[in-house]
Amino acid sequence: MPIVSRDEILEKVRETLVDALSVDEDEVREDVTLTGDLGAESIDYLDIVFRLEKAFNIKIPQEELLPREILSNADYVENRKLNPAGLQALKASMPHADLTEFEQDPDIDKISDVFTVGSIVNFIEAKLAAQG
Amino acid sequence: MRWIWIDRFAEFVPGQRAVALKSVTLAEEHLHDHIPGFPIMPACLLIEGMAQTAGILVGEARGFAEKVILAKIKRAVFHRLVRPGHQVRHEAVIEHLTDAAASTAGRITCDGELVGEVDLVFSHIDQNISGLDFPEENFVFTDQFMDLLKTYRGQGAGEVSL
Repeated sequence: MPIVSRDEILEKVRETLVDALSVDEDEVREDVTLTGDLGAESIDYLDIVFRLEKAFNIKIPQEELLPREILSNADYVENRKLNPAGLQALKASMPHADLTEFEQDPDIDKISDVFTVGSIVNFIEAKLAAQG
Repeated sequence: MRWIWIDRFAEFVPGQRAVALKSVTLAEEHLHDHIPGFPIMPACLLIEGMAQTAGILVGEARGFAEKVILAKIKRAVFHRLVRPGHQVRHEAVIEHLTDAAASTAGRITCDGELVGEVDLVFSHIDQNISGLDFPEENFVFTDQFMDLLKTYRGQGAGEVSL
């Protein structure tokens, strides 16, 4: 696999999101969120993951992108919010996402807010680097 | 009501691809009502036919254990009309299949000519929607749908799980 630059990854991610969400190219910037800004619904995430797998020829296990087992673990969740141990576990398993804002109010129903275009690019970048 | 928009399976390769046929006839009421005086098969029903073809293909791939729901029409492009007397051929291919979902690519042809391209995403809803209770029984693959798959008598029919 040739070395792929971050810009090239962003370009392919942009194409994927334009096709999957019917948004304009210039709407897809690194800082926008998929759910809040681009209007992605839960089912769109499945579609996006399939499209990214095809575009980059990689496998994306659901748990790697979003570790649902942490969000449903009774040891980590109290009143639908992650406790400090849960936050730590989430940070460890989601290095691709910036959790700074989520930490202020770790409501598990707001987890989709952490998925920015940039976080998807980070994820793909790490995945391609791991493949060598 | 019988909401079945394919007549029989002509090809079925478990986990990979399926081909279903649908003969269009003037005996179907919707042909008279869609555009009065100009009977054509509505494109939305061609999409439903593809969803049934691909949905059964996806369901069979997991032994009909999952409730397979059409989640998204990724793409639907139509190139020509289907009229009474035509037999349409829905060909669905599984592109991705995971515990949570599947995506399929589909081609609809008639007399060897391309009628439409319909790509779909299916959700295994029990794996995706947490906190909502669905009935235990598989309300997707009712006897009516299972009987459709029994129409397949071609090559490798014995390998198809029913």
